[in-house]
This record gives sequence, C-alpha cells and structure tokens, in this order.
Amino acid sequence: MSILSCPLPLPATERILLAHGGGGRLTNQLIEDVFLPAFANTALHARHDGALLAIGGARLAMTTDTYVVQPLVFPGGTIGDLAVNGTVNDLAMCGARPIALSAGFILEEGLAMETLRVVVHSMRDAALVANVPIVTGDTKVVDKGKGDGIFINTTGVGVVLAPNAIGPEFIRAGDAVLVSGDLGAHGIAILSVREGLEFEGPASSDTVCLWPAVEALLEAGIEIHCLRDLTRGGLSSALNEIASVAGLRITVEEALIPVSEVVRGACELLGLDPLYVANEGRFAIFVADEDADRALSILRSQSVSTSAVQVGSVYDHRSGIVTVRSRIGGNRVLDMMSGEQLPRIC
Amino acid sequence: MKYLDEYRDYDSVQRIAQEIRRITTRPWSIMEVCGGQTYTIVKSGLQELLPSLVTLVHGPGCPVCVTPVAMIDRAVATALLPQVILCSFGDMLRVPGSTQSLLDAKALGADVRIVYSPLDALQLARSNPTREVVFFAVGFETTAPANAMAVWQAGREKLSNFSMLVSHVLVPPAMEAVLASPQCQVQAFLAAGHACMVTGYEEYFSISQRYGVPIVVTGFEPLDLLEGVLMLVAQLEAGRADVENQYTRAVQREGNLQAQARVAEVFEVTHRVWRGIGEIPSSGLRLRDRYRDLDAELRFGLKLEDAAESAECIAGLVLQGLRRPYDCPAFGIRCTPDTPLGAPMVSSEGACAAYYHFGRRKNDVDSLVSLTAASY
Repeated sequence: MSILSCPLPLPATERILLAHGGGGRLTNQLIEDVFLPAFANTALHARHDGALLAIGGARLAMTTDTYVVQPLVFPGGTIGDLAVNGTVNDLAMCGARPIALSAGFILEEGLAMETLRVVVHSMRDAALVANVPIVTGDTKVVDKGKGDGIFINTTGVGVVLAPNAIGPEFIRAGDAVLVSGDLGAHGIAILSVREGLEFEGPASSDTVCLWPAVEALLEAGIEIHCLRDLTRGGLSSALNEIASVAGLRITVEEALIPVSEVVRGACELLGLDPLYVANEGRFAIFVADEDADRALSILRSQSVSTSAVQVGSVYDHRSGIVTVRSRIGGNRVLDMMSGEQLPRIC
Repeated sequence: MKYLDEYRDYDSVQRIAQEIRRITTRPWSIMEVCGGQTYTIVKSGLQELLPSLVTLVHGPGCPVCVTPVAMIDRAVATALLPQVILCSFGDMLRVPGSTQSLLDAKALGADVRIVYSPLDALQLARSNPTREVVFFAVGFETTAPANAMAVWQAGREKLSNFSMLVSHVLVPPAMEAVLASPQCQVQAFLAAGHACMVTGYEEYFSISQRYGVPIVVTGFEPLDLLEGVLMLVAQLEAGRADVENQYTRAVQREGNLQAQARVAEVFEVTHRVWRGIGEIPSSGLRLRDRYRDLDAELRFGLKLEDAAESAECIAGLVLQGLRRPYDCPAFGIRCTPDTPLGAPMVSSEGACAAYYHFGRRKNDVDSLVSLTAASY
C-alpha cells in the first residue's frame, strides 16, 4: 500500500485540495481551467518554467515561485536555499543567466527571530553562489495560526544566452534524454525529518544552483533542445509534460536511472516511486543523440552534475506518452502523478 | 540494494520465464491474491514475459479496495466530529464513500491524519488528552498484529481517548469465495506471502484439497512471482494440487505464533462485507468483548444505512478475477485515480489503478507489446 500518497479525487471540486498544489494532474487542471483563461497571453501560454520576453534587443526570462516547505530547516538546506535555487533554476531551464531576484516574505506572528536569520543567511549564501543579487523585497506578517512560520516568494529575471529556443516543442525523435544526477534526495530528506523516519543513511536535500551546468553546455556550443528541472512530481511528471507537448514517445530504462541506496531504501520501505519524488537540484536535458556523449562529459565536469547519465531516448511515435523498460525487461507506461506523494516539499 | 536486487535480476528472471515457457503446454489461469503482487506484476511488465497460455488474474487482496462503502461513511462521519482526530493509512483517504471521502472531510475541516503505524495513533492519543483519537484499522492478517498490539497497549495504559474503527479482513475466506463462485475460472493461487508470514499456511491445505487447486505461498519481487508461477504451472501440468512455499526466506508453515496469539487475544472472527463482493462468512476480525470500550463504532454510536456502490463500477467482478479493469466501460474515462468510482482505482495496489498508472489500457497493451518487439 502506498501509504504516503496524499492525493485527491474530484477534479470538478468546488474546493481547493492539497493536490491542486502537488504538481500533478490536478495542478495542470487548475492552470488550464482557472489561470490560463483569466490571464491569457502568448508568454504565459508557452507554459515554460519561465516566460520569455523580448524587450528592445534583449531576450529576457522571468519566473516566479513560492516556497511553503515544512520544516523550514532540513538536512542539506533551508526554505531560503530553495527560494533562491528554485527560481534561479527555473531561469536556467530557459537557458538564461540569472541577473536579479526579488524576495517576498510572509511571516507568522511569533516566529523566532533566530529562525528568520538562519533562513535569510542561507538565502544570502545561495545568492552568492548563484552570483545573483536580491535587489528588492517585501515583508508581511500574518496572525499566529494564519501562516506556517515563513512563506517566501521569489521572482527572478535573467538574460537568455541560449542561441536557439529551448522547450518541449523542440525535442526530436532520436534525442537522448540525460539526467544530471541521482533522483529523489530532496523529497526523502524532507520526509525523513518531517516524519521522524530514519533510513539506512543520512538523507540530504540536493538543493543547488544548476546554472553552471547549463552555462557549461551553452559555452561548449551544445545545441540544447529542452531542459526541465525535476521538482514536484519528479522525473515522471517532467517527462510526461514534455512528451505530451511534443507529441512524441519518451522511453527510459529503469536500470539506467540513478537513485542512491538511501533513497531506494526509503522508497521501498514507504511504497514510494523515486521517479515521482521531488528534487531541487536535478534536471533533465534533451540533446541530439550525436551530442549526448559530449554533453555528458561536460556535465560530469561540473560539480552540480558529476553523475549525469543518459536514461532514455525520444521515439518517433505520435503517442505523447512516456514508457519505462523495467529492470527485468517488461514495458509499462510511466504515468503522470495523480494527487501528490508528499505534502509541501518545496 | 541487498536482498532486493537479487530478486529483480534480469538474467535470473529471463531464465525462469524461459523455464515456464518450456513446461507450459495448456492454458492456465492463475490468481495472485495480494494487491502488492498485482502492483509488482503490472509495474515490472511481468505478464509480457509469460507464455500467452498463462494468464494472471488479479485477486481481492487489496485492503483499501474491499473496505465497504458503509465503513468509509462511518470513518467520514467520525472524522467530522469536532473532538475527533481520525488516523488512517494514506491510501484510505481518497477512497470514495457514498458521498464523501476522508479527504473531502479534511477539506471541510475534519482533523484527519496520515499515520504509518497504529502506534503513531497511540502516541497522538497520549499527547492530545482532550481529543478523541480514532485509528481506522483496515487490512489483512499482515497488519492485524500491529493493530492488536495498539489495542492491547491502549488497554494496558487505560488510554481512555483512543479507539479503533475496525474493518479487518482475512485472506483464506476470500479465496474460498472466489473458488465457490459458479463462474470461477481460477485454477491456481499465488498466496499472499506477507499474510502467511503471520498466519503460516496450514489453513491452505484444506482449501487446496477441497477445490483441487494448487496454492503456492509467494513473495512480492519479480523473481518471487515468476518462481511462484513456475511452481504452479509445474503442478498444474502434472495434475497435482498441493500447497507449496516459494517464500521460504520469510514464511514458515506455522507462521508467527507470538503475533497470532496477540491477534487472537484482541480480535475475534466475524462476518464481513467486502466492497463489490458482498458478505463473506467468517471473513473479518472485530474487537473481542473485553475490548469493546475501544470500539469507535460503539463509542460514537455510528449507525449508518448501508450505502450503494456506483452502479457503473464492476469492482466486484474485477476483484474476483472475472473481468479485467479495462473491460469496464468507465475505466480511464469516468473512473480515473483523480475521479475514482470504485476503490480499486484508488490504492496503488488496486488492480484498476495499477492498470491505469502502468498503461494497461487495452490499446496501450497492444502498443506496448509491439514496442517490446520493435524497440529492443
């Protein structure tokens, strides 16, 4: 029994359910039924990690994300690290170098000042590493019980350096699917502290700024077709979104997908699938098959993607589905996540 | 990973699959009883490795799936009481009752908590003395010992704010119900290894003899399941009907006697309604009289009408192995994991959800088969 799934039925629901924020099917429905019709415009409809804006001669990318993780401090990071890295990574997935961030805080009455300091200092450090200044901000305080310590929103602006357009619609049959490292560490780290679970080894979040890896690929002249960070919903949701936009079949080999022993053990124990568990420092890269080896060696030379591997390929099969070849040689469809596996992980 | 990778090894799996293909001469229909086994079979694409003569049908061994609608309604009604913290395993939260699921109740303000063990619920009761903590106890023989332990512990500590909503079910009576059905096509069983870890498999000898079916106690990894199928096909081909144990690394014939004693002390056998199937005699557990003050149904005076299933849902036929999930006209259209009409679409161990998630829609099966041939 998958005891951790905390999902929700009833898409025609009159109330917001937790799964509407889970990054899976209901989140997509919410975007399509409520937000897209209300805010309709070209940049939004592209539905990338960030919006691409041509202003004068400059190509800019803009993205925003809100962070509500509990606990605020966890092995490998804090909500502050996530708030910087997550937004910087969304820019990186557009092929954009981050140039500035904003930070909005919703603080709960009674929050320990020391906790706020820890979080803010981790934001400063993460911003230093990402080489991006936090140039504007906002603070609101809500009554005790009306918040959960700290909620953070960050908005990022970047300059697009990728010479060609990057996105799901640009993947092609024959492309190699690469991932930048082992999957599931962030979700399991959060779970282990939240639930007081102890696994075979320490689980630590993978939160990290991914821009150096993307920059290295661009500088080497690799033609990147698509990039996607593997946050909520994990590898499976990312690949499903890409396959569905591209209308092509993506096939991955279970045996090639890197998952650490700690994460595998925790997933086995809890009935979770690491392909659905969230990451905060991992991304998928689509490049032409002939570029795959060179892209992998460039990725492996970067500290944030030393264990990059190819996990699958794109096929000319107009189904828009993702399939997995299991370890024992059977095939199955890898579906998008229904509901959510873990509440509030980012 | 040690103790797991060995049982997912490509070469070993292919070797056993080849041996099954070698010895199979006639069509055989084999039921895996447990939902955990269904999950592995569908997730690893095991059916593709079997000869077309061997058909695996998926049994009623998913506790979430067989918990009756009326019991879900009782859990929802309990959760909505202001003083109650209702604790449940995560999967139960999404199961639709007659009008609401526990998650709907949660969105309305009910205090519903996901726990990983009944002992977590006990801890909640200790730390919330002004609240009533109710644990929703579902499951087969596998989870009964831990639940019995929680009741025993609560009794010993005189924890007056802890109670249990019990909907426990038993595997062997369900197997008999499947066999007794006039349309039964099942010729052999992969018995549920984890339930047998607790109960042993003494009880299966009489079922095997009376119905003339081979039964193999089987584990949950791909290699376990294939070995179980191999042992069953060998028996079927030889015209034998014995009880054998594939899962020797975990199961002993007499089971776990200590766990059995704890269960027997706290619970007694009762008739139980199975969702989609109906009442099966002596197929469940309820609290013994001496623990009745810990029975949430009595404590909160829950008297609810029996509730109707969705008229369209064929879960009962699926759980008895008489239909495949994709034979249902609502499958994947009006019934999906986000909008389940019946419980097998909810739990990851439910046959319908497993088929849905892993692409066992009728067309996909065909396309996956051609994929296997084309791509590899």
